[in-house]
Amino acid sequence: MTLLTNHPLTLITFLPLAGAIVIALMPRNACAAIRWVTLAFSLLTFFLAIMLFVNFSSNQPGMQFVEHFSWIASPRIGYHIGIDGLSLLLILLTGFLTPLAVLASWTSITTRVKEFFLFLLVLETGMIGVFVSLDLFLFFVFWESMLIPMYFLIGVWGHERRVYAAVKFILYTMIGSALMLVGILYLYNLTGTFDLEMIQRQLSAGTQSLSGSAQVWLFLAFFLAFAIKVPMFPFHTWLPDAHVEAPTAGSVILAGVLLKMGTYGILRFCLPLFPQASREFAPLISILAIVGILYGSLVAMVQPDIKRLVAYSSVAHMGFVVLGIFAFNMSGLEGAIYQMCSHGVSTGALFILVGMLYDRRHTRLIKDFGGLATSLPVYSTFFMIVTLSSLGLPMLNGFVGEFLIIVGAFHARALYGVLAAVGVVLSAVYLLWMYQRVFYGEVTNEKNRILPDCNWREKVMLIAIVLTILWMGIYPQPFLRRLDVTTARIIQHLDYSMPQYALQKPDGQRGLRR
Amino acid sequence: MITVQSADLIRVMPQAILAGFAILVMLFEPFLPAHRKRILGWFALFGVLAAGAAEVWTSFSPGSAFGGNVTVDNFSLYFMALFLGVAALTLLGSFSYLDRDHIQYGEFYALVLMATLGMCFMAASTELIMVFLGLEISSISTYVLAGFKRTDALSNEASLKYFLLGSFATAFFLYGIAFMYGASGTTNLIVLSQRLASPSQWSPLAWMALILMFIGLAFKVSTVPFHVWTPDVYQGAPAPVTAFLSVGPKAAAFAVLIRLFLGALEPAGPVILRVLWVSAALTMIVGNLAALWQSNVKRLLAYSAIAHAGYVLVGIAAGGTEGTRSVLFYLAVYALMNVGVFLLVAHLAGPGEHRTQIEDYTGLAAERPGVAALLTVFMLSLGGLPTTAGFFAKFYVFRAAVHADLIGLTIIAVLTSVVSIYYYLRLVVVMYMREGKAETSAAPLPWALRAALVVSVAGIFYLGLYPGDFLLLTSLAGHPLP
Repeated sequence: MTLLTNHPLTLITFLPLAGAIVIALMPRNACAAIRWVTLAFSLLTFFLAIMLFVNFSSNQPGMQFVEHFSWIASPRIGYHIGIDGLSLLLILLTGFLTPLAVLASWTSITTRVKEFFLFLLVLETGMIGVFVSLDLFLFFVFWESMLIPMYFLIGVWGHERRVYAAVKFILYTMIGSALMLVGILYLYNLTGTFDLEMIQRQLSAGTQSLSGSAQVWLFLAFFLAFAIKVPMFPFHTWLPDAHVEAPTAGSVILAGVLLKMGTYGILRFCLPLFPQASREFAPLISILAIVGILYGSLVAMVQPDIKRLVAYSSVAHMGFVVLGIFAFNMSGLEGAIYQMCSHGVSTGALFILVGMLYDRRHTRLIKDFGGLATSLPVYSTFFMIVTLSSLGLPMLNGFVGEFLIIVGAFHARALYGVLAAVGVVLSAVYLLWMYQRVFYGEVTNEKNRILPDCNWREKVMLIAIVLTILWMGIYPQPFLRRLDVTTARIIQHLDYSMPQYALQKPDGQRGLRR
Repeated sequence: MITVQSADLIRVMPQAILAGFAILVMLFEPFLPAHRKRILGWFALFGVLAAGAAEVWTSFSPGSAFGGNVTVDNFSLYFMALFLGVAALTLLGSFSYLDRDHIQYGEFYALVLMATLGMCFMAASTELIMVFLGLEISSISTYVLAGFKRTDALSNEASLKYFLLGSFATAFFLYGIAFMYGASGTTNLIVLSQRLASPSQWSPLAWMALILMFIGLAFKVSTVPFHVWTPDVYQGAPAPVTAFLSVGPKAAAFAVLIRLFLGALEPAGPVILRVLWVSAALTMIVGNLAALWQSNVKRLLAYSAIAHAGYVLVGIAAGGTEGTRSVLFYLAVYALMNVGVFLLVAHLAGPGEHRTQIEDYTGLAAERPGVAALLTVFMLSLGGLPTTAGFFAKFYVFRAAVHADLIGLTIIAVLTSVVSIYYYLRLVVVMYMREGKAETSAAPLPWALRAALVVSVAGIFYLGLYPGDFLLLTSLAGHPLP
């Protein structure tokens, strides 16, 4: 019990790993038992995440549930973990998506079941670890070690071009993180510590200062790693391959959580550590983000493959997130963080839905479908709700984030807001057009006439998703309230670092809240 | 006239025990029937353990012996422990291999002991002549070991190549020593460091000597452009010998390199730095890029070993206590990974080592999940992914390099290590992600080999997750001159 009350973050981080160890000890052919054990561990982790969410105090500044031990004496590396509103929501998202990923793989994974679920749980530990780490070394360890299970998930259980996609995924990510490692070492050399809070304190108190060019190089070293992960245009080329070739669970986790690590890294490291450089690069990054939004939408529009379409829609949606972050105001930031979670849920759901379709028909090409609404009424309804949430219909989750981001972008620069709004329209076009071609019209292919509709397992998953979508859309306050202090701190820090940038009026643009 | 005291004898006890056991193995060899020869291996292993025990004893009386010919300090103790560990792991992995490939002769074990003895002298001396003798003892033993499969053409080729190029290298080294003596009038490193303390005392002859010694050692550690022998020798030599070769003599040569360049000849720092910078960069780039094109596992690992020498050179270029410690740590980790992986490859290659192509590993994960997982751990550690020791070793070296302001070299190092991920993962790809029937040996792992593999994998995870205690050791040992 003391573990639960005194070390809740350690518990939630390593609980999935404990599950993986249990699975490692189970016999290879006990597939059903392995599935249930995985589900149990992932649900337990989700339950812990909810507990964290409930016990999180929304008006306490700084990190909560902090644990700090020495790990390695020299070089001084600490096991320093803690969460703020940003990491809290992402942990909740991870906890929510992993059981869904398990359920989505329930019947579709038939080979090497044991390894699959083992890697899935190891992956969850890596993801949560990334979000709780407050020590740069610890963060880097989780960040990199998480690649290995993902690499196997794509490479072993993926589709035709899985090896290519897996290797591309791991190499792209590693090039970015290799340079980040040099940046981390440079910071250590300067400050004598890997502890994020200590580095930040030293930099803002002026005990250590970075020269202008050093700050620019460091910013780029960190930002490249995160930009590849997000992925921002023009570093996005690994994403369509990885998302399409991965098994459903892999795509869900990739789109749902892994992409968020990029934007999380920007918020956690780039902005607080290198505020001037962030400001200098903001115009360029905003433009790249907008290019990503428009380019991603346009490319998504012409995809013949539903999964590829969803993958490109991620490029566009993550462009929104980056745009919101680099608007440097409250609504932009809160919108960005909210959009991170909501994109995780919606796109994760879309991948699950596409996976179900693939399980039934073993194709994902839009032209192979048509008129599915008649043969799969329940499935079509769920698909419609998720599509609408992804394109940002009011009252559903996608709207809150996108709206806040556009408001924020508009405040930063009117043109950004306008262009981002165009992106929203485009997303409606490609998603609805896809929906129309797949579900409406005549049944053109006889095979589509006799497909089984959702079974109980699928219904449970989809109902959970739809309830979340509705809740996040109708009553976002519990989430946003926990973000206020965090975003205010990021903004304050940015402004503190450059006084001539007056604090943007925080009221009046909070649009949606309270 | 040197008078021998009891302290002198204690200080060479480990080496004396190794020599004694080597001689005993040779003596017993003719009297044992062929099917009992394996017992000599256990006997040799016992000798290594006894030498280890003697080393503990030795460690209580640090100092120099035999008029400065042998030096016992933390630095030498660290390296000797490393060599003994490598020898023990190699022996454990060889027993069944020699039976399988019908080369179960006692000489093998005696030669391993002798080579270890030579390496111990290289690390445990600050007298260049003695270092040279150690180098010769270990080199000649390893030349023979490389050609131990007398009927195998590749093994013969490996031995011959290694012998010819190796003798060249030792000649260079000896030439360097002679020049150094001409320039300074001494071959003792401690005296040398006093006589060449300031750059003004450096004559052209001394520079010449420095370069010659560097070339000699560069051959031994196989840095580019002195690496050309490595792939052929590593591929041709029996795989357990390769395991030993790729780690032991290399670490010993690095020990000498550190003693020389970070200890006695440190005043020449800026010039040495330039030499080290260029050879480190070249070694990492060439080693990693060349490995991309290999289709033979042993050859691939040979190029990987070259690349790893480059990372060690980065640590040496970084210099100072930081650099020295990082190199000591790196070499220990490298020893664990490389011995482990070569021993495993030796077993999987099957009788006569005919199955060493990467394609032979296709689908191995489905047939032998345990073995595939082991090999994957080695690959990930060699590639430097976190939670394995390989990551921390690289991290520690890079940290020293950044500390020494070698940002450019560090960037080259991190980028080339991303390249290396590609070829290490190739093996993982064929094992896990391709369908097919594995052509590798289906024989179960002999339990002595299992023990060696367990030790190396446990070491990889221990040093990857909790390197703190071991780092303490390296900081104790991180002084190149007593």
